[in-house]
Amino acid sequence: MIRNFCIIAHIDHGKSTLADRMLQLTGVVEGRQMREQYLDRMDIERERGITIKSQAVRLPWTATAGEGAGQTYVLNMIDTPGHVDFTYEVSRSLAACEGAVLVVDAAQGIEAQTLANLYLAIDADLHLIPVLNKIDLPGAQPEKYAAELAHIIGCDAGDVIRVSAKTGEGVEHLLNEIVAQVSPPVGDADAPSRAMIFDSIYDTYRGVVTYVRVIDGKLSHRERIKMMSTGAVHEMLEVGVIAPEPTKAQEIGVGEVGYLITGVKDVRQSRVGDTVTSSVNGATHALPGYRHPNPMVYAGLYPIDGDDYPALRDALDRLQLNDAALMFEPETSGALGFGFRCGFLGLLHMEIVRERLEREFDLDLISTSPNAVYRVEMEDGTEFEVTNPSEFPGGSGGSSPQKGTSPTGKVAAVYEPVVHATIISPSDYIGSIMELCQGRRGSLLGMDYLSAERVELRYTVPLAEIVFDFFDQLKSRTKGYGSLDYEPTGEEPADLVKVDIMLHGETVDAFSAIVHRDSAYSYGVSLARKLKELIPRQQFEVPIQAAIGSRIIARETVRAMRKDVLAKCYGGDITRKRKLLERQKEGKKRMKTVGRVEVPQEAFIAALSTGGTPEKGK
Amino acid sequence: MPSALPEGDPAPRDGVLPESALSGLGSRRFGLYMHVPFCVVRCGYCDFNTYTASELGDDPGASRTSYHRAVIHELNLARKVLGADAPPADTVFFGGGTPTLLTPEQFDAVLTVVRDEFGLAPDAEITTEANPDSIGADSLRRLRDSGITRISFGMQSAVPHVLATLDRTHDPERVPRVMDWAREAGFDHVSLDLIYGTPGESMADWRTSLDAALDTRPDHISAYSLIVEPGTALAQRVRRGELAAPDDDDLADKYQLADEVLGARGLAWYEVSNWARAPAARCRHNEIYWTGGDWWGAGPGAHSHVGGVRWWNVKHPAAYAARLAEDRSPAYAREILDDEVRRMERVLLELRLSDGLSLSVLDPAGVRAAARQTEAGNLEPAALDRGRAVLTCRGRLLADAVVRDLLP
Ligand SMILES: Nc1nc2c(ncn2[C@@H]2O[C@H](COP(=O)(O)OP(=O)(O)OP(=O)(O)O)[C@@H](O)[C@H]2O)c(=O)[nH]1
Ligand SMILES: C[S@@+](CC[C@H](N)C(=O)[O-])C[C@H]1O[C@@H](n2cnc3c(N)ncnc32)[C@H](O)[C@@H]1O
Ligand code: SF4
Ligand SMILES: [Mg+2]
Repeated sequence: MIRNFCIIAHIDHGKSTLADRMLQLTGVVEGRQMREQYLDRMDIERERGITIKSQAVRLPWTATAGEGAGQTYVLNMIDTPGHVDFTYEVSRSLAACEGAVLVVDAAQGIEAQTLANLYLAIDADLHLIPVLNKIDLPGAQPEKYAAELAHIIGCDAGDVIRVSAKTGEGVEHLLNEIVAQVSPPVGDADAPSRAMIFDSIYDTYRGVVTYVRVIDGKLSHRERIKMMSTGAVHEMLEVGVIAPEPTKAQEIGVGEVGYLITGVKDVRQSRVGDTVTSSVNGATHALPGYRHPNPMVYAGLYPIDGDDYPALRDALDRLQLNDAALMFEPETSGALGFGFRCGFLGLLHMEIVRERLEREFDLDLISTSPNAVYRVEMEDGTEFEVTNPSEFPGGSGGSSPQKGTSPTGKVAAVYEPVVHATIISPSDYIGSIMELCQGRRGSLLGMDYLSAERVELRYTVPLAEIVFDFFDQLKSRTKGYGSLDYEPTGEEPADLVKVDIMLHGETVDAFSAIVHRDSAYSYGVSLARKLKELIPRQQFEVPIQAAIGSRIIARETVRAMRKDVLAKCYGGDITRKRKLLERQKEGKKRMKTVGRVEVPQEAFIAALSTGGTPEKGK
Repeated sequence: MPSALPEGDPAPRDGVLPESALSGLGSRRFGLYMHVPFCVVRCGYCDFNTYTASELGDDPGASRTSYHRAVIHELNLARKVLGADAPPADTVFFGGGTPTLLTPEQFDAVLTVVRDEFGLAPDAEITTEANPDSIGADSLRRLRDSGITRISFGMQSAVPHVLATLDRTHDPERVPRVMDWAREAGFDHVSLDLIYGTPGESMADWRTSLDAALDTRPDHISAYSLIVEPGTALAQRVRRGELAAPDDDDLADKYQLADEVLGARGLAWYEVSNWARAPAARCRHNEIYWTGGDWWGAGPGAHSHVGGVRWWNVKHPAAYAARLAEDRSPAYAREILDDEVRRMERVLLELRLSDGLSLSVLDPAGVRAAARQTEAGNLEPAALDRGRAVLTCRGRLLADAVVRDLLP
């Protein structure tokens, strides 16, 4: 009597709102307690109106139609995020289910993440239930998009269920269809227990809470359990289900989704993808796990106040407990001091991590511009990975990072990560999109018409070209109608160079960037110009140079400051003048000194913040 | 709009000073400042604590005619607070605003009280600021008779379009005339205030103003770079783009020109913005400010300093008069300076003077910074060898940066 399903869709097509209606119809959340996107619990999710973490909830549903009418089923529903940075959350959720509700906005039609998530669900062998949402919208075109949807999944347009998550129309029917269409989990209730960990979070009060889907057997309260990857044994302090608040249970049985608490303090001891079994008479074969998500972009994060370094480390440790995709290791920058090189799934992920660090841990941070990971092969056959521009061979000296000082031999080849990008857009904009992709070193893989007016374009593009402002560009070229999805597909050799920025002859490591040779010049010129505006005049002239190795490609000059004195100093000005001096001295503490040049933090922040316009998520 | 007063500690109702401030009173030079907060019109660049008749309205407490009574009341209070040891005044300075809007009788009344309560040192310097517009030959004679010894005229510029931008109403021709009248009236010390860097002022305009000023043979000149004070009409015009903001390079060029031209015609700098024909022509009152002397500032918004305590009065003439009518101290707030703050002030004030700062005031890092600044051409090498930090012409333009470098 169990049905496990997840809700998948393109960003904003209404997954969380549809989940709200299900929570209400099944009576697990009462009207009074209801709030929009109930399952988006984090402040940052609520503020941005997006889902970042998947949420699993158990819903009791007494079917109102069909064969099972009158019978009560246990539905385990998982609401998933839609943004491309969090695709791995979707994959994990899919592995805990037999069915997927594929939601499409009836006013927008199929978009890039619709396809991406559809393929993920097909790969995971799930039964698909196509749903058109937002049919209440005046602009909805259910006929047209039902046909589009039927066309891509190969079903009949009449099978597409039409709902409005806003008004609730059609949702009861959908719940009945889930009961009817999704098959109950098949597992061996009598076999040694095996449960798949699909999420693991750290809770200040309860320690690590591990979310599992039981495949075989059952897990009971007070039982001792074993993590199959490490063999570590833990006492089970609590098992339960999410309904939608955590609710204790005696056991969770075959096919069920629930949580367990063992008292471990570190999520790494309860790893996503691991298999949980009983410590006695346990299973011998683990379930196939998940691929751990690899960071796509790296950036340095530094506390503005150097004294905050230990606090930043603690905060990153804490965030990592709930965010397995976040990587970090210490690094030192000549310009920015002590900080961390952090790996992120994408720019939205980076933005969210940074915002959480600043808000939840009260830190002021500065980040370097993000870069992809490069692989460098040297002529002597050695090879290494570059996650920080200062490790890139052939720099112009100056301050170098703590680890991996750039090697001196000759480079044989540099490889950069490439992605397979899918763009869906009205066909009117094909020309403009192609121009954009070509400008970003993309190569066209293919193009398909989803309908007469809508087209899907597939490209291979270097990650570094797509991850920054590509999405904004796409949106503006398609009047907001274009959507983008991408997934890593490997690497390709590329003609990359490191551009260094020198102030008064000193390389400022924080401004070094790895760029394609063709864009090196424009990068150098624009950053040098920007810095000229941002660096206050000093007592001496400060040249700003951009260089590839020892070759200068751009030069600007900050002229020497000639006047820094207040003309008047009457009796009444003295107190004010002293206070101004105290403020200026305070400000000087916030200056970083590069060689002899004093650079205000604000200049770093301003110069770095526009290094790439982060994709805003929608 | 007058600028806001600094915040500080609460000042006691009776104005009483801590014992520490009073000890040594009389061993330091002592001055009196009278703030006269009235002007006929407000100049667009000015954020001084001054009010036009229409701004004051008909609040009886704030009236120009009763102003001197409140000031006299404060002088009585000052005498009480400073006690029997209060020294005779070395200097008295009437500043504004436009002090010459007071009647001769008001000057007499105030100066009489000064003589009665404090007495005047034998060769006391008694200065008043004056606008070329609001003064004539007769009134200059009357001022001299009242005992005033020194006049400082607000000339600002000799170029009509510059004066217009500054909202100054006087005819440039009037400046040589008032200078002659002042000398005829018996003033040995006459100073002119100039402003450079006004939007639209060319290098040649500035040269014209300097020459015109020198042609009237003042024994003292103050030249200030135009400061766009927040909240002023000038600031608003700059923000709207009607006027260009003063440019630091232009100001630096004009300062250098001033130093050259004034020097060539016999006026030597003795403070960043002040030049005098001889040491005796320096403004002794301002020197008290710059060398940590004591002074009592009477009048609305006036600042005082006695023995390491600074305080400042409430700004509005009505509030000021009301306080004194209740026999209360008009002080709005005060601060008691600790040793480190006093040291900081010494550095920032004394470094501005041609006599410079003794290196003994600096800590070892400060002395090293002084050597660096000498290297950079901002301090005089010869003076450094004598143990003093004295700014070069280039250094005077960077004085604030040098101060920051010399202090920890
Ligand atoms: N008119 C109308 N608006 C809807 C409906 N369903 C959702 N919305 C609105 O669409 C927006 C996005 O809804 P969400 O439920 O947050 O979408 P989501 O798919 O969970 O978004 P992500 O988690 O960011 O991928 C919100 O403003 C909802 O109020 C619907 O049926 N009708
Ligand atoms: C105390 S003020 C006022 C004296 C008198 N009321 C007058 O304006 O002539 C003395 C001098 O400060 C200068 N000054 C006032 N405001 C200024 C500003 N915003 N920038 C530069 N100098 C200023 C003027 O040269 C003025 O003469
Ligand atoms: S006359 Fe002097 S004090 Fe009065 S408003 Fe003009 S500048 Fe200010
Ligand atoms: Mg959502």
